[in-house]
Amino acid sequence: MTLARRKFDTLVIGAGGGGLRAALQLAQADAKVAVVSKVFPTRSHTVAAQGGINAALANVLPDNWHWHMYDTIKGSDYLGDQDAIEYMCRAASNLVVELEHAGVPFSRLENGNIYQRPFGGQSQDFGGKQAARTCAAADRTGHAILHTLYQQNIRAKTHFFDEYFAIDLIKDEEGVILGALVMSIETGEPLLIEAKTTLLATGGAGQLFRTNTNAHINTGDGLAMALRAGIPLQDMEFFQFHPTGIAGKGMLISEAARGEGGYLTNKNGERFMERYAPNAKDLASRDVVSRAIFIEVQEGRGCGPSGDYVNLNINHLGEEVLNKRLPAICDSIRTFLRVDPAKDPVPIYPTAHYTMGGIPTNRQGQVVVPIEHGEEPIPGLYAVGECACVSVHGANRLGGNSLLDIVVFGRAAGNDIIGYLREHRYHRPINESDVEQAMAHLTRWDRKGDGISVAGLRGELQAIMEKYCGVFRTEEILQQGLEKVLEIEQRLDDVVLYDHSKIFNTARIEAFELENLVDIALATVKSALSRQESRGAHSRVDYPERDDKHWLKHSLFYKQDRRMAYKPVRLKPLTVDTFPPKERVY
Amino acid sequence: MRFLIYRYHPEKDQKPYMQAFELDGLDKNKMLRDALLLIKKQDESFTFRHSCGEGVCGSDALNINGTNGLACITPLSSLKEPVEVRPLPGMPVIRDLVVDMAQFYKHYREVKPYLVVTDPEPEVEFKQSPEERSKLDGLYECILCGCCTTACPSFWWNPEKFRGPAALLQAYRFLADSRDQAHDKRLEELDGPYRMFRCHTIMNCVNVCPKGLNPTEAIHNIKRMMMKDVV
Repeated sequence: MTLARRKFDTLVIGAGGGGLRAALQLAQADAKVAVVSKVFPTRSHTVAAQGGINAALANVLPDNWHWHMYDTIKGSDYLGDQDAIEYMCRAASNLVVELEHAGVPFSRLENGNIYQRPFGGQSQDFGGKQAARTCAAADRTGHAILHTLYQQNIRAKTHFFDEYFAIDLIKDEEGVILGALVMSIETGEPLLIEAKTTLLATGGAGQLFRTNTNAHINTGDGLAMALRAGIPLQDMEFFQFHPTGIAGKGMLISEAARGEGGYLTNKNGERFMERYAPNAKDLASRDVVSRAIFIEVQEGRGCGPSGDYVNLNINHLGEEVLNKRLPAICDSIRTFLRVDPAKDPVPIYPTAHYTMGGIPTNRQGQVVVPIEHGEEPIPGLYAVGECACVSVHGANRLGGNSLLDIVVFGRAAGNDIIGYLREHRYHRPINESDVEQAMAHLTRWDRKGDGISVAGLRGELQAIMEKYCGVFRTEEILQQGLEKVLEIEQRLDDVVLYDHSKIFNTARIEAFELENLVDIALATVKSALSRQESRGAHSRVDYPERDDKHWLKHSLFYKQDRRMAYKPVRLKPLTVDTFPPKERVY
Repeated sequence: MRFLIYRYHPEKDQKPYMQAFELDGLDKNKMLRDALLLIKKQDESFTFRHSCGEGVCGSDALNINGTNGLACITPLSSLKEPVEVRPLPGMPVIRDLVVDMAQFYKHYREVKPYLVVTDPEPEVEFKQSPEERSKLDGLYECILCGCCTTACPSFWWNPEKFRGPAALLQAYRFLADSRDQAHDKRLEELDGPYRMFRCHTIMNCVNVCPKGLNPTEAIHNIKRMMMKDVV
């Protein structure tokens, strides 16, 4: 059988906001662009983002990009790269206006401007009063942005491969990325997509953890594809736990609930955030709030018969605010908890939410790897969004910065690719040997016989990650976690499929996803074990302080030999002065 | 809890059949999607689409006890036993509960579901008052799950010509947007005996929409706009 082939200028893998924003830029520049997505584009997980997108429009309170930059750096616990952060915050206003022009139905203020609400970690004047920087379409901002970007791509006639699963990148002997081997889910047939540039925009890996806010599809496929192509993953120890997931279930209750005036209480009815963050209180950064909830529950001040959650109170906001500003989360609360948010408190608990780490890139979205002095781009490969690590989020992402990240760097990568295509006019030849490894990966799941099931091992992995790599970590727990994940990796070899059919075989897709999750779990636990300090979302009980002297650096995990390497944080912004690390209090 | 599930495997089965499953000790506070996932654990060849698990991605639209809905926000406690689960009606079945949505998406694309502005763009946002913006409520929230269109007898009769409630709701979403400047063109393209006028206000679409939207009203509003333009 000969392998079917298609040729495009650019292959975009993933049809969330990052992939679609890049595809739009490229299609509008008349590049031939193919978007491969394992689900129909509007089902990508960007659709579930609720609260909003940050930009210093100053529509509600005084604001400017420089304050936004400061907040983002402080939020990142100084691990974010200051050049990339300056770039993102400067671009924010233009990009939000661009989204509005493209049709995003933002909520509005009386004067007709875009509505903005306060969010966690935002301040005026470099740490002063609370800012209101998050532009919102009620609490469905991700839905509004994703649908609009898809619609504009329809207009630009972008070529979509809906319900195709990406197996592996194709790399030649010189290390140039030449496209990817993908598979039609509907027919089960492989397809080789040749491209001069390939952009990974596959999102995060929330499915690493048992209780998470993420969709079933968030298995970090692009992260694992990068690892298998010999590319390290950066800062994987930093995984965000969102403070307000629906207790025991994980569905997200947006930070907008607190932005609009909601607050947290423990079993004594105490607004406990006042103790942990005297100024910002409930609007401290997410890592701070999640730790506080965890401690309240651990010290016996949790609510409910088992004392295993705290309450989010939004019932005082009144029906009008709830219906106008938070309609979707109120629906969610009624559906999943059978609680009336206008009357009763909402049980919440921190839940795995966002992958701060990812594929190392520069601010043009080029994937970069270290060389002897500095780093160099991998020719033909780009990454944006949650699967990438620019790094604008560092050790802790601020709410409202992820939708911003995807449009800013989706656009930047699109622009850089346009330049690259101008200089590289022709496809490089693909040799059979370049495809061998990917084909072997594909056929591995044809193996028959008795063995462990995919779903069983996935469940075990998620439970291990939750128990051994959660909010609070120690050397001992992480070491046990690493051993357990290594054991899972070994047992992966014994996993077999019982369903070997071709047509719409979701069991086969889940097998590929499990392989990807195992690789990412190893990267996460190993990176967490290696970093002997507490910074942002990474809290080591045995190393409770941030240690800038030894650890103000990015970590890099390589699949081969499970090796760790490090690279410096870029502390020098593009035009303004550095914000030097200082104590982080809210 | 007892389930009857529509099964069809094109590589094996001559024709579709209903298969019975029984799940013991099921927490009825859980959703139908949770039960389907447990069935898939028993039989990995059982196939259905699903993703977000909270009713925003629109993947798991199914026909549940005769009514279209999303499995992830349908509580088991609301369902009569045995729970009959079938694929969305009127669409070609690919396998088990997975249908081919190509026709549905084509109608969506054909209403040109994007904002068209011909004026030069300012460097700031277009102004839109809260009242103007509120006209988009009940329209922009559509998740393209297909529950409405596949519940519509007019669509069953004319799947190639009648746009269907979901696409028409989106057509109206842009007609109702104070920023859009393709008003006349949009109305023109919906004229004729089939594209919109096959709607006979049966209102199945309204009854099944999992997001509580009202495509029939949107279609009615488009007709009123057309009338106004004629007069």
